[in-house]
Amino acid sequence: MKKMTGAHILVESLLKEGVEVMFGYPGGSVLPFFDVLMDAPLRHVLMRHEQAAAHAADSYARVTGKVGVCVATSGPGATNLVTGIANAYMDSIPMVAITGQVKTFLIGNDAFQEADVTGITRPITKHNYLVKDVRNLARIVKEAFYIASTGRPGPVVIDLPVDVTVAETEFTYPKSVTIRSYKPTYKGHVKQIEKAADVIVKSKRPVLYVGGGIILANASQELREFVSKTGIPITTTLLALGSFPETDPLALEMLGMHGTAYANHAVQESDLLIAIGARFDDRVTGKLDEFAPHAQIIHIDIDPTAISKNVEVDIPIVGDCKHVLRELNKIAKPPKIDTWIKQIKTWKKKYPLKYDTKTPGLAPQFVIEKLYEATQGKAVIATGVGQHQMWAAQFYKYSLPRHFVSSGGLGTMGFGFPAAIGAQVGRPNETVICIDGDGSFQMTSQELATAVVEKLPIKIALIDNGYLGMVRQWQELFYKKRYSHTCIGDTCPPDFIKLAEAYGACGIRVTKEAEVMPAIKEALKIKDRPCLLDFRVRREENVFPMVAAGRPLHEMLGAMA
Amino acid sequence: MPKKKNGQTQKRKIGRHIITALVENHFGVLAHVSGLFSARGFNIASLAVGETEDPTVSRMTIVVEADDRTLEQVKKQLNRLIDVIKVVELTGKDFIDRELILVKVKISSKTRAEIIQIVDVFDAKIVQATDQTITIEATGDQQKTQAFLELLEKYGIAEVVRTGRIAMER
Repeated sequence: MKKMTGAHILVESLLKEGVEVMFGYPGGSVLPFFDVLMDAPLRHVLMRHEQAAAHAADSYARVTGKVGVCVATSGPGATNLVTGIANAYMDSIPMVAITGQVKTFLIGNDAFQEADVTGITRPITKHNYLVKDVRNLARIVKEAFYIASTGRPGPVVIDLPVDVTVAETEFTYPKSVTIRSYKPTYKGHVKQIEKAADVIVKSKRPVLYVGGGIILANASQELREFVSKTGIPITTTLLALGSFPETDPLALEMLGMHGTAYANHAVQESDLLIAIGARFDDRVTGKLDEFAPHAQIIHIDIDPTAISKNVEVDIPIVGDCKHVLRELNKIAKPPKIDTWIKQIKTWKKKYPLKYDTKTPGLAPQFVIEKLYEATQGKAVIATGVGQHQMWAAQFYKYSLPRHFVSSGGLGTMGFGFPAAIGAQVGRPNETVICIDGDGSFQMTSQELATAVVEKLPIKIALIDNGYLGMVRQWQELFYKKRYSHTCIGDTCPPDFIKLAEAYGACGIRVTKEAEVMPAIKEALKIKDRPCLLDFRVRREENVFPMVAAGRPLHEMLGAMA
Repeated sequence: MPKKKNGQTQKRKIGRHIITALVENHFGVLAHVSGLFSARGFNIASLAVGETEDPTVSRMTIVVEADDRTLEQVKKQLNRLIDVIKVVELTGKDFIDRELILVKVKISSKTRAEIIQIVDVFDAKIVQATDQTITIEATGDQQKTQAFLELLEKYGIAEVVRTGRIAMER
């Protein structure tokens, strides 16, 4: 058999895994790999910073359901990936990150551009590998994709010394993977599922609390079937937006710190909480001791560590959401909950999502509503982190899974724009809108270059208030309005229109309500390059409702606004 | 009646638990395990690692200080590591455990005989002796080694080295 270099083997292995596109940045230690890549039928999107490469790969995975792949060189290249890897880990996103490493005999010698990448990424990866022998490379790639995409997904790092990429061996790609120590549970326990069905039919005030796991498991269809069968109202976390149509009367939309009042009240009053693919994050539960105090809890999750980690669970079901819901759908019967549904309708009527329409200036929420209208809720929305993210969650109504891309667990500012790039590459024919803040956007705005070069027609809807708005909001509410280091510029710097134009993108400034819709329509017409809409919104608008950190969910500020 | 869902504010009983984990015998696994403990704030009282009858597998015996809920998380989190093959909690089961300790005790002509007597009673071994100190090797389960150390305390312990417990189901 003909021998191949490690670099060739890596490219061939990626092709065998069905990889079509990867995001990355070259450097010394990955030169042999990039050399082979030049002739390979594999698209590489050259980013302008490795962090953006990790975010783009992460987002690509979120919108396509495939494993995202990013690549960076050793040392600083790899450490620049770290935020992106941590982000993918917190949100359980299947990703393979390939990092160059110094020659094996130099490892540990403080060589040029050396960093202990497996050491650094150990707590933020599902697993990681240092490839010391080219003969193990194909197997490791196979295992990495398998581990990243099965069970509770997550990022896997392959650290690849440059001498391994030039070493030669015979190439055979393993057909299957056997890892004796890794066998995720997919099928839920039958008895537990029966028990759950039993409790469900007897419940009087049940609520579904659905998390990102439902999207990861591609179980939106099963979820919708379960709701239509049982008539149980449903609230979702940030990461599960789109798993169930928010326009449905049974949809309570998002719960938690900035969730709807009706979702939070429903959870607090419920006698049965059915948690699916969710992990009881502190932004969701508020004060743990007083979370859903009257409820029995059913928890369906593929990861046993998620169960009873924060909240004690009465009926745990370890398994894949899709599989468990299918089984549950076969036996579940609707509970009698007319009074409960009536109560929920009352809450919905009494505490709708609202915002101040009287104060002069452009309301950020209005902008989001218009984006929703203009795209009929069908766009892929990527966000940064902060106020704009919460408004995007609240005022855009999601109906499609894998159409909302946001950094949930880690809360990574700067995620939005590279995520929009990953999303547009993954869904080239769909409208992708990056709803971003002026703070978040400036953390990764250099990627305008990438988007222009790749001719990606991303719309950047900048909710521009010249503040680090969410932090400012906390300062307003909890630090006596002492705005310490949160004002990042009123009208300037930078001039975002000039910035967009400098990169060859289009820029439109919007300051009045009447300009919003025409500007969005104008932007939607542009198909060959990104377009930045600089929405100069009211500067000190707050996100409401809000549950202060450490308070119980029913204590909401501004629910009646 | 609101049900207490979370024990954060409740007092929870902390105990010592022995966990054994079979792990893949390659580099980095120990770092994964110890990293997990430090990242999640779990307390390790002792940890002993060695190859098993199968050279591709190592056995870790980990003594953790934890309440029941933390213990549950420790076991689950260990199981989640890709290189961990099997996790068994021995506490509450029928098991044998041993620890080896080396203890250097100060001696004088007055105490020498007494100490040697204790060494005999505990089936321990004197491995080195000088004018001022003797070094003793003792093995046994935790109770025994603990009692042994307590008895020697009054003579003045200069140094103690312990292997940490290893354990096996009967």
